[in-house]
Amino acid sequence: MDELIKEFEAENPGIKVSQQTFPYENYNTKVASSVPTGTGPNVINLFYGWLPMYMDAGYLQPLPDSVFSPEKVEAEFFPLVSAAKFEGKYYAIPTAVRSLALFWNKDLFREAGLDPEKPPKTMEEAIEMALKLTKKDKNGNYIQEGWGLQLNGQIYHWIRETLVRQFGGTPYSADGRTVTYNNQAGYDAFTYATNLQLKSQVGMPMFMTDDVTAFKAGALAMNIDGSFRLGTLDAVKELDYGVTDIPTLNGISSNFASFWANGITSTTTGKKLEASVKFLEFLTREDVMARWLKDIGELPAKKELASRREFAEDPQYGPFIRGLADAHATMFVDEAGQRQVWLDAWDQVVLNGMSIKNAVDGAAKAEQAMLDKYYKNK
Amino acid sequence: MAHNMKKPRTLAQKNELWAYAFLCVPIIFYVVVRFYPTLYAFYLSFTDWDIVSRDMDFIGLENYFRLMGDSVFVKTLGNTIRYVVFGLPISMFLGFLLAYHINYLNRGADLYKTIYFMPYITSMVAAAWVWRWLFQPPPVGVFNNILTALNLPSQPFLRSTTQAPFAVLVTTVWADLGFQMIIFLAGLKGISEQYYEAARIDGASNMQQLQKITLPLLKPTIVFLVITGTIRYLRIFTQVMNMSTQGDGGPLNSTKPLVLYIYDTAFRSFEMGYSATMTVALFCIILIVTLIQMRITRSEDT
Repeated sequence: MDELIKEFEAENPGIKVSQQTFPYENYNTKVASSVPTGTGPNVINLFYGWLPMYMDAGYLQPLPDSVFSPEKVEAEFFPLVSAAKFEGKYYAIPTAVRSLALFWNKDLFREAGLDPEKPPKTMEEAIEMALKLTKKDKNGNYIQEGWGLQLNGQIYHWIRETLVRQFGGTPYSADGRTVTYNNQAGYDAFTYATNLQLKSQVGMPMFMTDDVTAFKAGALAMNIDGSFRLGTLDAVKELDYGVTDIPTLNGISSNFASFWANGITSTTTGKKLEASVKFLEFLTREDVMARWLKDIGELPAKKELASRREFAEDPQYGPFIRGLADAHATMFVDEAGQRQVWLDAWDQVVLNGMSIKNAVDGAAKAEQAMLDKYYKNK
Repeated sequence: MAHNMKKPRTLAQKNELWAYAFLCVPIIFYVVVRFYPTLYAFYLSFTDWDIVSRDMDFIGLENYFRLMGDSVFVKTLGNTIRYVVFGLPISMFLGFLLAYHINYLNRGADLYKTIYFMPYITSMVAAAWVWRWLFQPPPVGVFNNILTALNLPSQPFLRSTTQAPFAVLVTTVWADLGFQMIIFLAGLKGISEQYYEAARIDGASNMQQLQKITLPLLKPTIVFLVITGTIRYLRIFTQVMNMSTQGDGGPLNSTKPLVLYIYDTAFRSFEMGYSATMTVALFCIILIVTLIQMRITRSEDT
């Protein structure tokens, strides 16, 4: 980002960009406390799941039609960016998108007598392999996990947008206003996921503190994670891993995609607004996007660029880019709250022995209440 | 008649004026950073302010009605009370035990004091992360590795709704112990040696001395520790925030204290108004508890 800012400033003399970054957990707190006082930024980079919350607060202004008209955005970008469209106007634009894929540790495959170049293609194969890749001590404690179940990482996205669809359901109605996973498809998906811990016993949440630590330490064989993890894992020299498409189930493939988007705060006017628009234009240029991919591992948000052969067939980025084709971006209204509902449902089943039906119905009820509250006045 | 009627100020009056001048500074400070925000919180509790927007709608008692039907509020309030009821007596008892014995030491007392006081001055965030790591499942967690080495079954600790609150309490008591000990030590030092000498001449045993001299004379210390401790335990936050996955006070809200719920409501859900309502509730609870405790101690004095 720093490099890009320098470049942008060189191209646009007279505009000065200063950047501030915060840790993920504190982001909302920081922004929420700085903007009302007028000391906030002009351009903010935020997770798409937070957009409704920011919209509600009257915190963003629509992007100018002259540069980012809905027609143009929809023609150029992946359809999932429509999550940033409210009442016909785009309020934020991504530079990069993210999707999920399966990471597998080749050394552990070798050790378990599996072909390190043949990752599972279906969930049946995956579970079969995971069983061989799981190691426990004599007291039944995991020493090595076959399948990562870090729920608060990407796994709850996988259950919601992949498994539910693989069991023939959809998590939400098309307009995102109604929860639709509280039916047989949802129960099946949740049974399937919790059974990985309860029946097959190939993994558990919080193993070795979290899935990334476990994978880096070579104690986790297969894990579903996002494209943004490539950089972290590449930094671990002794790790021999591969990336492949998310396994199919019942012949269906599905993926979850998300993005961080840039928006302009509502208090920005005049010259600063002009400069902000220019900066967004710069960030969404194809050559800049291509650099995001090469330098940071974030996937280009523009269709044409992503489908270039050099990217789509890349052994590392390929699976993620192919995944974008059947990826869904959950239309969050309260990302943290909606995640908590799923984590609680999991804990109810795994820790409290609640029936799947009650847990899923409870989650659906709680999440529907959040959606209703948000859409009440819309 | 146009004499100068002003009498020169006496030294005492001058001193008094200076005293007022100095006392003004903390008063201004208190008004600006304590009283004003507190009163503002009362006002906020009647609005639906969402922290970012400028408009604040006055919604009357709506937030208070919502509070009464909020099961998470009830749950977190229960958790908070449990922290006070279990945590405070244990840490006070242990703190007294340490102080009582350190008080007998002639050599090395400072070393013990330093060791036990250290956790209190350690950053709670750092301490919480270390404890979190100790409580991890095998093969990472130290406690579970010890259990495994002893051929005992591993425990879920922070992953269990029943064990996690106690894991948080252990951490809290550990960190709080040093403070209780130091205050108790100060109290013990303040008791005149003459009482004990007289008691020993009368043939009183150690236990009798403890019951008849030490504890009664420590009453002001105990009252101080109970009141400040209650307030401190009612405001437990940092350790839970850092010991639960993503600071959610889980699993299933089993460790979430009221203050964390207030924080979540304000800064994760942006419901400043509702969050202020809960701070008012907490304020009232602390006020009532403190008044009751002061009342009890006063009535016993007379």
